[in-house]
Amino acid sequence: MAARIEPIAGRYVHLTLGSRSCRVYFEEAGGGIPLLCLHTAGSDGRQFRHLMNDAAVTDHYRVIAFDLPWHGKSTPPVGWENEEYRLTTEAYVEAVMTFSRALELDRPVVMGCSMGGRIVLQLALEHAAELRAVIGLEAADHQTPWYDTEWLHRPDVHGGEVCAALVSGLVGATAPDEHRWGTLWGYMQSGPGVFKGDLYFYRVDSDFRERVAGIDTRVCPVHLLTGSYDFSCTPEDTLRTAAKIKGAEAQTMDGLGHFPMSEDPARFREYILPVLDRIRAAPA
Amino acid sequence: MIKRLFDLVNADVALVRRGRFLTTDFLVEVGDEPFHVSVQDGRITSVTRGPASMRPWRFAIRASAEAWREFWQPVPRAGYHDLFALTRFGRARIEGDLQPLMANLRYIKEVLETPRRLAGSA
Repeated sequence: MAARIEPIAGRYVHLTLGSRSCRVYFEEAGGGIPLLCLHTAGSDGRQFRHLMNDAAVTDHYRVIAFDLPWHGKSTPPVGWENEEYRLTTEAYVEAVMTFSRALELDRPVVMGCSMGGRIVLQLALEHAAELRAVIGLEAADHQTPWYDTEWLHRPDVHGGEVCAALVSGLVGATAPDEHRWGTLWGYMQSGPGVFKGDLYFYRVDSDFRERVAGIDTRVCPVHLLTGSYDFSCTPEDTLRTAAKIKGAEAQTMDGLGHFPMSEDPARFREYILPVLDRIRAAPA
Repeated sequence: MIKRLFDLVNADVALVRRGRFLTTDFLVEVGDEPFHVSVQDGRITSVTRGPASMRPWRFAIRASAEAWREFWQPVPRAGYHDLFALTRFGRARIEGDLQPLMANLRYIKEVLETPRRLAGSA
């Protein structure tokens, strides 16, 4: 019997980000409307592999996920060994839009989770006309910190172990073990200080509470979905954010946590497929 | 319930192995009842109900009896399903020297979760 080979293909693209050359890894599957997926802090694009293996998605969407520089199979820029990595709103927007333009994506739907869900709000503000819609998973305009990020990168605590153990409870209580631990493995593999550097964006440089009301959902529709077990970005945080964006749609995903697409793909598709169908049905 | 940690942890070979570099004493407070937990090389050597005057601990985890009861349900409800969910919503407090806790975080979290394995936790 022939071995099962997934339809996902991975390649590298060279981008100039922050005036520096970056070798960026991306994976994709499917055809149709571009669906550009943004991974969570301290992880990488593998979180979207289940969507890329789901024909109900890939029959209509070209699903693309890239690893931010420093993450996954993207390399950090030359000179990284003497830097403290810190993601900013400006750098994050630049990375997403530069990648999208480099691949000549025509008005993609951008779907991000956690910090990726935060940045889609800024993208909807700044680049609405270039986007077909945004989907924020576990997304809100602000986060109340619930631990000290100094623990994430220091010599007397193993970085990979502590990152995974800190976020382990953000996985929903009923997630299948295979996918729970697959999700946490991504955190265990993150480079030293990368999760912490992402959280600089998430906690310090992205308080969008005063901005989100400016999003025009007639130009760029906004869909927000948050898992009931997420205590980092709570369903209340998401509903509060959606209430400020005229026309935004928000819903709580029962039983899911902070990593819906990777922790429990079967349950997640019940929520995301109708959203993708609605976006597809809307006039382009 | 907390006294069962002794059997539950020590019978779990993988969990003991995960904690093999940890030897420490910590305090778990269930409501106003303190329990001193001693760990040696990942094995629980004693769980002693306090208060015990002059007995030191490196870190303490304090929550109400109600919070622990919810936490120990086989499938806990949202907000009670994780140590940091408890602290995030003000239902638990962590105090003391956090280094041994953070360096062995998966182990300690799983030790505290072992009572979920007992059906009908109360």
